[in-house]
Amino acid sequence: MRQNRSNQLLKFTDKGIWCEKADVYIDPWKKVKRALITHGHSDHARTGHDSYLCTESAAPAIKYRLGKIDVQTIPFSKPIRINGVQFSFHPAGHILGSAQIRVEYKGEVWVVSGDYKLEYDGLAEEFEPIECHTFITESTFGLPVYDWRPQDEVLSAINQWWKSNAEEGKTSIITGYSLGKAQRIIRGLDRSIGEIYCHGAVENINEVCRIQGVELPDTILSTQEIPKKDYIGNIVVCPPSGINSPWLKRFGSISVAICSGWMTLRGARRRQGVDRGFVLSDHVDWKDLNRAVKETKAEQIFVTHGYSDVYSRYLNAMGINALVAKTEYTGESIDAASDQNTSAI
Amino acid sequence: MKHFGQLFTSLDQTNSTNAKVRSLVRYFEKVDDEDRLWAVAILSHRRPKRTVKTSQLREWAAEFANIPSWLFEESYHIVGDLAETIALVLPASTSGSEQSLSEVIALIKNLDKKEDEFKKEQIMSAWLYMTFEERFVFNKLITGGFRLGVSQKLMMRALARYENQDENKIAHRLMGKWTPDTTTYEELIRSENPLDDISKPYPFYLAYALEDEVGTLGAPSQWQIERKWDGIRGQIIIRDNHLFVWSRGEELITEKFPEYHPLAELLPNGTVIDGEILPFKDGSPLSFNLLQTRISRKNITGKVMDTAPVILMAYDLLEIEGKDIRQSSLQKRRSALEKLLVDHPTEGVIRLSRILDIDRWEQASEEREGSRLHNSEGLMLKRLDSIYQAGRKRGDWWKWKVDPLTIDAVMIYAQQGHGRRANLFTDYTFAVWDGDNLVPFAKAYSGLKDEEFTRITSWVRKNTIERFGPVRSVKPEHVFEIAFEGINRSTRHKSGVALRFPRMLRWRTDKRPEDANTLDDLKKLL
Repeated sequence: MRQNRSNQLLKFTDKGIWCEKADVYIDPWKKVKRALITHGHSDHARTGHDSYLCTESAAPAIKYRLGKIDVQTIPFSKPIRINGVQFSFHPAGHILGSAQIRVEYKGEVWVVSGDYKLEYDGLAEEFEPIECHTFITESTFGLPVYDWRPQDEVLSAINQWWKSNAEEGKTSIITGYSLGKAQRIIRGLDRSIGEIYCHGAVENINEVCRIQGVELPDTILSTQEIPKKDYIGNIVVCPPSGINSPWLKRFGSISVAICSGWMTLRGARRRQGVDRGFVLSDHVDWKDLNRAVKETKAEQIFVTHGYSDVYSRYLNAMGINALVAKTEYTGESIDAASDQNTSAI
Repeated sequence: MKHFGQLFTSLDQTNSTNAKVRSLVRYFEKVDDEDRLWAVAILSHRRPKRTVKTSQLREWAAEFANIPSWLFEESYHIVGDLAETIALVLPASTSGSEQSLSEVIALIKNLDKKEDEFKKEQIMSAWLYMTFEERFVFNKLITGGFRLGVSQKLMMRALARYENQDENKIAHRLMGKWTPDTTTYEELIRSENPLDDISKPYPFYLAYALEDEVGTLGAPSQWQIERKWDGIRGQIIIRDNHLFVWSRGEELITEKFPEYHPLAELLPNGTVIDGEILPFKDGSPLSFNLLQTRISRKNITGKVMDTAPVILMAYDLLEIEGKDIRQSSLQKRRSALEKLLVDHPTEGVIRLSRILDIDRWEQASEEREGSRLHNSEGLMLKRLDSIYQAGRKRGDWWKWKVDPLTIDAVMIYAQQGHGRRANLFTDYTFAVWDGDNLVPFAKAYSGLKDEEFTRITSWVRKNTIERFGPVRSVKPEHVFEIAFEGINRSTRHKSGVALRFPRMLRWRTDKRPEDANTLDDLKKLL
């Protein structure tokens, strides 16, 4: 298979994406000496490596999540040389600090994009297209059925929903990953409607963000001591796992919504049994995935987690050489049970 | 179309039945008689005739979306619903439809027997000026199978509220063979109808499954013990020389069972019998599957009645001579039922559910174990002095179903689910050992918790051996206990057997693949 050719700049091994020449791994899923990390979600930043390298703005959350680890940081776009190979981190637009990692050796350029989106969300550094020979892309939403609406439109629908719940005397419960999605939602909420409460897992990350200078509206930690009536008309932001747990019992009459790209599909929302699904994702949709691939001008594409079979077939049909690469990344999970951050907190 | 699209959205955005009824009432208030009649028709499964092939719709949608047709098919496979897939892949439009629901339906009907080019032009230009919701609803109208998360019953409740009428009256008015082409809203819903009140059924009394030891129920002599028949629970009503047949779901299904129609003459007015609608031939019950295929048919032809003829297996008498006797004891109701059927023979249309002669619970136990020989699901235990209650209640009536057959099998293929379970591997193929080979014998996709499906899904992703389209062969590593209701010889299957209702009873994480059963073990159950 092509991906195992020995002269390849990056290889897909059972530990992760490996640069043999520099002996570093990008987002490895098994223990390694030196790990370059695209962003802090748990399928990309795992515990147990000897050393970590990530962007300055990604570091606080990674340190917070993984505890005592050896982290070095690097500003966006600044090259670093490791055994003759040049690495640099460029904005991926996925969450705050998330990066694509550009790898260059003897004029050959590869880009590992991790997770990414093109729409600027006001929180993550805006995605930057990078020309390269080989582009490694996710395909979490790599089907033409996934077509995101602009963020403002989705946030205003969320506020409308919150408002009508408030009018009915209900508490609104909304879910999003603790790291990234939750802050994106919080920033978009209309404070004139009511107070914003947060689940502990979300509030902890809010604090990490505030310390590094991110402006977030005031939020209140949801605790057991707060009486039910205090929540009426207000909104509570929680990780996806929150809605299937006894934690929900601390609220009275509620309306529950999930914020995820998966909410495109009626079936996915019905399976979760929630009242509303808002289509809001930190991954690229179909149109932006194709745009991103095109803008790299890459000759070769490796398609990782998601609809990798279908998307690589599509690229090949469009005349772009593409292969499926097996990794252990999961992207945005369809299931509430598999939140990326609550377990670590 | 705007209002109907909004109705769909508001129904889709809530799980609360009250909210759904409110949305329906609001819709009924907003539209004219013609649209209201069509909405009622659609929600009671009376859709316009199909005038476009779905294969053409798929082709045109792919063309409109500018994607290859195989990619459309892959998307359809993930989404699981054709109307939804089309609505999702089409590029967003800038405007919504100005047409009414009836106008859109007229457009669809007008496509009948027209040239393909004309159809394509009409459908494509309709899509062009519709919002996402409108496209979804429009596609549903064309393809049929409209499920809006609203049962016919809920629609009737809303219509009753809108009309300020009794729900059963509305239900009765909506039965039969009408379509919006043969009647008007005024005629169907608002005209005087003398039959309104007499169709009313009683709420069914339903039993819970027996959980405790049967011995805890006291002496068998205090119980009426019958077989639990595997059909559709039903109520037969004869009042004012009319017959009404209600299912347990409180749907009026009189038209589906012409066999019962002579009962209007044979039984006296003011009679209500509770029983099982049972496929039955040559003195014994037939498989439930036959009844199921019959129920889904729109027209009951002579052929259908020939392959799956039904009788009523009578359990109970709720009304006699116009008098509600539900507060009498079961013993009394039963003797009244027996007398009724002696005085008014029904030429075999109604049979009495036989009471088993049981002195000791061990005998009952044996009878229960032999249930499969009688095509029965187990036993029903009813206290002789029990009144006929409403709804599912504990204490006086118990169902004591036969244990399913089980076998330990190895999962060898996995496939992603559809719709609600898209993106999870939920459909598995199971195999048993034949020497050193694993022979597939059953597919199952239910019985596990969502959390287990999630775990297996991530395992499947990492342990795929080969891919055959949507199916993946996986490492033979996981053992599942498979339960099923029956097993028959089959020449169509490699294993030589076919199972009835196979499902996963549990994931045997304590067993290794070599601990699974063999084909011989399976065949011993034949």
